[in-house]
Amino acid sequence: MNFLLEPLSIVTFSPLLGVLVLLFLKSEQKAALRWTALVTSLITFLISLWAFFFSGLYNPANGGLQLVAKYNWINVAGWDIRYYLAADGLSILLILLTTFLTPIAILSTWTAVEERVKDFMLFFLLLEVGMIGVFVAQDLFLFYIFWEFTLIPMYFLIGIWGGPNRLYAAVKFFLYTMAGSILMLLAILWLGINGGTFSVPDLVAQGNIPADTQLWLFIAFAAAFAIKVPMWPLHSWLPDAHVEAPTAGSVILAGVLLKMGTYGFLRFNLPLFPEASVQAAPVIGWLAVIGILYGAAVSFYQKDVKKLVAYSSVSHLGFVMLGMFALNAQGVAGAILQMVNHGLSTGALFLLVGMIYEQTHTRDLPVYGGLWKITPIFGTLTLIVGLSSMGLPGLNGFVGEFTILLGAFGAGMKDGVFAGAGGFWLAGLAAVGVILAAIYILYMFQKMFLGPAGEITKHHDLKDLNWREILTLLPLLVFIFWIGLYPKPFFDLMMPAIENLLMPFQAILMAAH
Amino acid sequence: MTQTDFSTILPVTILTAWASLLLLADLFLPREQKGWTALLAALGLALTMGITLAQSGQEFAPGFGGMIVRDGFSTFLNVLFLLIGLLGIAVSHGYNHRMGIERGEYYPLMLFSVVGMMLMAQATDLIVVFLALELLSFPLYVMAAFAYPKPQSEEAGLKYFLLGAFSSGFVVYGIALAFGATGSTDLAYILAAVSTGAASLPLLTAGAGLILVGFGFKVAAVPFHMWTPDVYQGAPTSVTAFMAAGAKAAGFAALLRVFGMAFPALAADLAPLMAILAALTMILGNLVAVAQTDMKRMLAYSSIAQAGYILMAFAPFDNEAARTMAVAGGLFYLVAYTLASFGSWGVVIALERAEDKGLQITDYNGLGRKYPLLGAAMAVFMLSLIGLPPTLGLIGKIYLFRAALEGGLVWLAIVGALTSIVSAFYYLRVVVNMFMREGQPQVEREWWLEFAIGAVAIGTIIVSLWPFPLFDWAQQAVMVLF
Repeated sequence: MNFLLEPLSIVTFSPLLGVLVLLFLKSEQKAALRWTALVTSLITFLISLWAFFFSGLYNPANGGLQLVAKYNWINVAGWDIRYYLAADGLSILLILLTTFLTPIAILSTWTAVEERVKDFMLFFLLLEVGMIGVFVAQDLFLFYIFWEFTLIPMYFLIGIWGGPNRLYAAVKFFLYTMAGSILMLLAILWLGINGGTFSVPDLVAQGNIPADTQLWLFIAFAAAFAIKVPMWPLHSWLPDAHVEAPTAGSVILAGVLLKMGTYGFLRFNLPLFPEASVQAAPVIGWLAVIGILYGAAVSFYQKDVKKLVAYSSVSHLGFVMLGMFALNAQGVAGAILQMVNHGLSTGALFLLVGMIYEQTHTRDLPVYGGLWKITPIFGTLTLIVGLSSMGLPGLNGFVGEFTILLGAFGAGMKDGVFAGAGGFWLAGLAAVGVILAAIYILYMFQKMFLGPAGEITKHHDLKDLNWREILTLLPLLVFIFWIGLYPKPFFDLMMPAIENLLMPFQAILMAAH
Repeated sequence: MTQTDFSTILPVTILTAWASLLLLADLFLPREQKGWTALLAALGLALTMGITLAQSGQEFAPGFGGMIVRDGFSTFLNVLFLLIGLLGIAVSHGYNHRMGIERGEYYPLMLFSVVGMMLMAQATDLIVVFLALELLSFPLYVMAAFAYPKPQSEEAGLKYFLLGAFSSGFVVYGIALAFGATGSTDLAYILAAVSTGAASLPLLTAGAGLILVGFGFKVAAVPFHMWTPDVYQGAPTSVTAFMAAGAKAAGFAALLRVFGMAFPALAADLAPLMAILAALTMILGNLVAVAQTDMKRMLAYSSIAQAGYILMAFAPFDNEAARTMAVAGGLFYLVAYTLASFGSWGVVIALERAEDKGLQITDYNGLGRKYPLLGAAMAVFMLSLIGLPPTLGLIGKIYLFRAALEGGLVWLAIVGALTSIVSAFYYLRVVVNMFMREGQPQVEREWWLEFAIGAVAIGTIIVSLWPFPLFDWAQQAVMVLF
């Protein structure tokens, strides 16, 4: 059982201890159930901090995989499947994002989830195991198991605790994501059969897949990840799932589950299929830009606040994809940072929407209005988070989007991956997306908080945020400012790994031009 | 009869004798104490399992002049069949009592059927294959009609009998043609005749094709599946559970043995046919299952679809290197299917009430709320049938997809993948009803039934996390075939 004592195993599986405790508690002991889940997730967060920063086992200056746990798992004739966990600069921020957002999401359910608290917390902790597993698995088989496993608890979270249309949303979410990932499974098997191993670093090192095969495999992997991201035009499950999911579910869905898609591109598509990535980059770039503009435009027309935030995710993740497939250091670094930013800002927006919904039970924009006077703390925090989401300088969103735009412009230059595919247009239109974001965010803010008091505002005795709600948001705000004002530590964590990742692409791009 | 002959058929002999004695012993048991018959039958199965396992380490020469063997392949399957028998008894006991169909001959019939299955896995001569097929089928015909005078049950029995007899005819005719082509019914001899060129290949191909049709009926592969939904629905659910797992596994045992051992030379002709059968079975089974509202019919179509996945094991039939692995994959999936199928039929039994009440999918509304453990177990079975972690179904499906890819049949793997998504739709509907809708399901609490369901659910999860002993065993089992 040595494999369970590895630092990353402990990080991944520590929520299971909470699951064990939960099983022995009674359904009526709601407070105990909540505290158990919260404490477990906090402990997991602390362990992840310890593993990366205080254990001395992880060196941020090293670009390779670290904290390696590598054991044989299924090793019989013809199969070489490993229990292989490791982390590097590409995944460290996402692992930390996961362990950081989970306790916040759990805290947000304190009064929002009153029914079947035990089941809720069980599924939530199981979901955390799956998510961390996705980010640390370095064996394709193991990765696939974690990847598919995350579907199940999320499906239950939406289906049991969701809104009125939850059954439809849950099944749609499940079938959409499964449809993509099962094609990826075939590609994984193809790689495993031909490479003789499922270990990603080994497969990358072999790197002898012919270019046309690469393209097919790239497409099969991309099918899974693009649906998860979601990239336009595969996004239609997202608004349903987001709107129907309970607040904590939306936070995790937007904050972490979508990142599994972008992370998948980063971890698997780029290094395993470099030639195909270069070939596909312009297509993905354009789809990303369409997503940015489409998401922003559709957001503007939403009457439902949660739907507005959901569509804004389509737009934001378009930026991530654009930066990643610029295939240069700025682009990829911006993409990773933007993944984190989106998790923080959109997570916070969903929390805020959930907090007001808990009081009013409506998310209809027109019935609000004039809220700021009544709930000044709520208004101010929403404004800050909104500004961060639309990319105001000084807050986190700006840093990410600006770096991505730099990368995209760079890729449009000579020898860049977007050169000859309308590179400047790509970056230019993406920049328009930033302006559109300002429009829909400010429009939402205006409708809700300014102007004459709306129906709800008049007829409800609305209370401002309480201490628990502020405490839930505070950690997110700290990082929103921190990344906005001093992003260097975050970039430092990822840069060495990004340099490693991009090494092969220079040669390919040189050869292509 | 030499000692080798005897030890080759020792487990089968013991079980046959046990079943015959049980038939006698049952006469002396009063009507209200038929539980003893069940217990004795289970003891017989357990004893046979013990002997089978004890023998598994030893090497035996083929017995009866090469008609029957006892090798790794047969041991693997015999253990599976005996397990199916034990589970069958566990789910039958309370159900039969409650439905008023508790009659003593039920358990001996089940044992005889298991004997037939075991012989099927051990047969290396087409004549024995046929005998085994009949021995396993006849008790099933009777058991399907066990709820007489209920018309649906009688109809099921009659339908199963007529179509079964029809399919046996195909098998016999196929055997005759194979005999005509090669001059023998011995599998090893047929193989030799083909490789020396002494056989008439067109005749042999026709014979193999007919045998394939016959077994296609048994495993319920499209287009020979017509009987399945009606029989599965009409038969008492306890019989259906036994039949869905046992008859299918036995059919595949024979297919794997016959086509793996005797007909590899025909692979080039038959492999595409097998692939098309597999694809049709997956597509039709899954698509029609979506439209079902009755739980028994839905599971019936699901079992058709599952047969399609197992048929993928034949995809790399003409690829020497990949074949062993593929057949091992088939065996592996057979175990996964058996567990999930038995489990889900067990849950159906727990919910079924007199006069066919409690069989609609909507009757499962709220099950997860009222009976969390039963609901969780059913969810595990559904996930396993879809092929999602952490269940055995996923590992099995991966094994089979790999077989298709290695056989160069990428299209077949894609059909398998896409139909899995379709299957998710109807399996999830059960999960949705159990956990996300409100309802007042009524469940019969029966200790043995719940024990069987629980054990199978836990096995499905544990083995998926720790699959290599089973992997290893399946690999060992197929070594002898090639």
